[in-house]
Amino acid sequence: MVLTFDGGRTHRLIIFPAMFDEANKMRRQTVEVMHRLDMSGIDSFLPDLPGCNESRQPLEKQSLACWRQAARAAADHFGATHVLSLRAGAVVAPANLPGWRFAPLTGAKALRSLVMAQSVSAREAGGEDGLESLSTIGRKCGVQLAGWQFGPQLFNDLQQAVAIPDSQQALVEQEQLGGSGLWLRAEPGESPPQADALAAIIAMSMISL
Amino acid sequence: MIIEPEQDPIVGNDETGGNHSASDKAGRVPACTNVDTLLRAILRDVLALDQAQVDGFDHETGLFGHLPELDSMAVATLFTEMEDRLDIIIEDEDVDGEMLETYGGLLTFAETRALES
Repeated sequence: MVLTFDGGRTHRLIIFPAMFDEANKMRRQTVEVMHRLDMSGIDSFLPDLPGCNESRQPLEKQSLACWRQAARAAADHFGATHVLSLRAGAVVAPANLPGWRFAPLTGAKALRSLVMAQSVSAREAGGEDGLESLSTIGRKCGVQLAGWQFGPQLFNDLQQAVAIPDSQQALVEQEQLGGSGLWLRAEPGESPPQADALAAIIAMSMISL
Repeated sequence: MIIEPEQDPIVGNDETGGNHSASDKAGRVPACTNVDTLLRAILRDVLALDQAQVDGFDHETGLFGHLPELDSMAVATLFTEMEDRLDIIIEDEDVDGEMLETYGGLLTFAETRALES
């Protein structure tokens, strides 16, 4: 499934969203940015990677290679001229497209936050799943972390995953938008000033080209 | 620890921690005053508190069980952000009630780990 603002316009941005728990917390904000880009004359596309969000594929069967292939196919399908990745979405963004990486995260750090959440939750429930044992299990036979079921392939892939070498995208840090990252919040939320700031960075660059 | 938050290889610079990182390019540990400042900023961001509120924390200020914002999921986010911004690793045995009981306890832990890293 893909969320689109498609007016058949020249400027076309594909977005690879934040992953896992951060995806939930950032989705409304991501759509806020898309609304603003639409008003600036930019089409945008927010696809689900296989196994994520509303995809019918099982997450545990996915791999990084499969995700990168799907990302390239989606970019080609929608005729994307630019790419925006958010947080861990940076690890799948096609290298050949110009664009932006917002507050990028390695796959290892994305997994680390889930391992931490699972460990804290297990400890609260009286369990003994520690940080190290969860990681060992994940590498060997896959593991469920904070509700997400990882197969060993994806777990190991993500532990090594960084942005594709020679990626052309520019870095946008949270500090450039002001305030704190929405992925830190307890509940999904939105920040109009941050959405304005990110959309402005993108629109000013794309429209001036 | 299996997954170590290493220097980010994500295309060159440390882009994940980015400007948050307390370590300089030579990898030197941050001064304790910086750990204090960074820890207050982390608590502000993770728990959505005002800067004035976190500036008012002293060593005896109660955290877990005293701040309603600090539930178990916020604890996981707090630990992840501490690892990222302070460039430390939190082990299983670190996580006990005392560490999160007061701001002073958490700061002592963070400073000790920052000096070890």
